[in-house]
Amino acid sequence: MTGGTPYWFQPALLETPPLSGAKVLQKDQPPPGWSFCVFWLVSVKSMRNHLSLRDHVAMGAARLVNATSRALKRGSGTVAGGQVGLLISPGLLKNLARGRQTVLVTGTNGKTTTTAMVRAGWGGEVATNDTGANMLAGHVAALVGSTSERAVLEVDEAWLADALTSIQPSVVVLLNLSRDQLDRASEVRQMAERWRTCLAGPPGASRVVVANANDPLVVYAASDAARVLWCDVPTDWQADARSCPRCTRALVRTGESWHCTCGFAKPTTLGVTLRGALMIHGQEVPLELSLPGHFNEANAAMALAALSEVGVDPVAAASRINTVRDVAGRFTLRRWHGHTLELLLAKNPSGFDALISTVQEGDKDLWIAINARVADGRDPSWLYDVPFERLRGHRVWCLGDRRLDLATRLEYGGVDFEVVSDPDLIPVSTDTTALLANYTAFSEWLERSDSC
Amino acid sequence: MLRIATLFPDLLGTYGDGGNGLVLAERARRRGHDVRLITMELGDELPEAEIYLLGGGEDGPQRLARDLLIEGSFVSRVHDGATVLAVCAGLQILGETFSVEGDDEFEGLGIVDVRTKRGRSRAVGEMLVDVGGRELVGFENHGGETSLGEGVAPLGRVRRGRGNDGTVDGFRKDSIWATYAHGPVLALNPWFADEILQTALGQELDPLVSVADDLYSERVAALSLR
Ligand SMILES: [Zn+2]
Repeated sequence: MTGGTPYWFQPALLETPPLSGAKVLQKDQPPPGWSFCVFWLVSVKSMRNHLSLRDHVAMGAARLVNATSRALKRGSGTVAGGQVGLLISPGLLKNLARGRQTVLVTGTNGKTTTTAMVRAGWGGEVATNDTGANMLAGHVAALVGSTSERAVLEVDEAWLADALTSIQPSVVVLLNLSRDQLDRASEVRQMAERWRTCLAGPPGASRVVVANANDPLVVYAASDAARVLWCDVPTDWQADARSCPRCTRALVRTGESWHCTCGFAKPTTLGVTLRGALMIHGQEVPLELSLPGHFNEANAAMALAALSEVGVDPVAAASRINTVRDVAGRFTLRRWHGHTLELLLAKNPSGFDALISTVQEGDKDLWIAINARVADGRDPSWLYDVPFERLRGHRVWCLGDRRLDLATRLEYGGVDFEVVSDPDLIPVSTDTTALLANYTAFSEWLERSDSC
Repeated sequence: MLRIATLFPDLLGTYGDGGNGLVLAERARRRGHDVRLITMELGDELPEAEIYLLGGGEDGPQRLARDLLIEGSFVSRVHDGATVLAVCAGLQILGETFSVEGDDEFEGLGIVDVRTKRGRSRAVGEMLVDVGGRELVGFENHGGETSLGEGVAPLGRVRRGRGNDGTVDGFRKDSIWATYAHGPVLALNPWFADEILQTALGQELDPLVSVADDLYSERVAALSLR
């Protein structure tokens, strides 16, 4: 970051463009509309006793900015307000989180879905950042927005250390770690190392790390944590962990296990297993999800494992998670110009790999939309890490800013394709068509289409 | 039979570098050549091949790849005239020395007289390189600063991005091409893929029209405008 800008004021938080007033704010200056903020403060319900006056002013300002942002239709209104709140009171997040029981969820894929599952499984009011704003400003907005004693927060992989310091969670869920947006985030091994450093703790610490035992990078990241609940959940994507995270030699895989000659190996003390049936601490938990794909079963298992650590009965929680159908528009049917589209979000090779498994049956046409904007990562090289060859037999309509990159990839992969500059020209099908899209392309299609 | 070997994609394949082997194989096949695309993974012997591909990688795996390659026959095969495309970390390990994490210096394979130090900052973004009057487009993401020894020619002059040092990118020696344009650089630049194929096959290739030409034109136009 350039000098003078607070480290958490990230221009890459694209969901809600900061209001122009927020951009010029300096730490020591009062925010605009100061008197109105003080007025807003009066409306603060159920004041938490560890919040300072400065925090209350910051919360009021955050609410004001978010309400203005929503009124101006500048976005869902979560990031700008949180940023202003943190500018006014840098300790705001810590103070807002104190006294709450909080679950943090991070990983390359499945964060948003798993967070939604924890929230649903917990039942009742739970503070959460369900708009996708998963850095500190989004966490502030989520906690300003709810006085619930319980919170579940999705955390961007690169922000785990900062979130841990401020939030002091009861449980941290580590879903998986694979390559994603390499022009922005650091490379996956470095990320695993950073996680390991920030999760290392003295024995006896109360924080529990709920970790995927089938992802070697996650196992490495959790290896120095004081308390770990290892979850043996199916994890197909192994391309980013063929070599040992500890010593870089080749990992040896035998059946459902793996190890390295240096001694690094899959944990054997598994508190949670999902092999057909889901078992949590020896108890069988019935899982009948409304969401498609076996990757969502793994997400649900991790969500239930986290909930069991905060004292929620997994069977009751599972019955609530089973009813989750819509996670921020993902997996939903949409109408657009006579087409019925099943909107599927994938942001990286492992995400696409999982989605391709769910759509590759049959020979139906597919739409795939690829952008390479800042939120997507500017580099679409990852298209060559996706096994698109599995779509042979389908015809793929290539959409999005980088449709030619996609088309070239498909051509070399032997997949039939059409490059579409105007989606209106695609013949209307009476069937539902799967539309796979990466981040900003997904948002565009969600906005452009109507719910069914 | 044209054999194309991608070396250690599990160590040097961070950015879709496997795409380069696929592109070479498909472009040769579509001109009627018999092609075998081989992958050398950890624990495999170096396969016999006419073209070897080295991709980009993270620091630890890059050092391991270098250690494994110095043991086998790779260096002598390259001296005997095998065609090589080396990208990013692959470029660095062909040289005399490289520094990755921290300032510790590691021995490279010593095939080409180039040295890589850790740069002051990371170079991340699109590149446009003038290669003998033709444009090469790509994306770079690396922290290295590479200097070329006497008599080592760069691949081209950098018009956008950093490449080796902000002035030139990569190097070109005998049948070795090296660039910081990572990932599927050959998918983005069909002419570059064909130049490598023609060297390895020792013959001119017929033109091959494909959507990759449209992609190339689009990227060149996009980068020239900015
Ligand atoms: Zn090892």
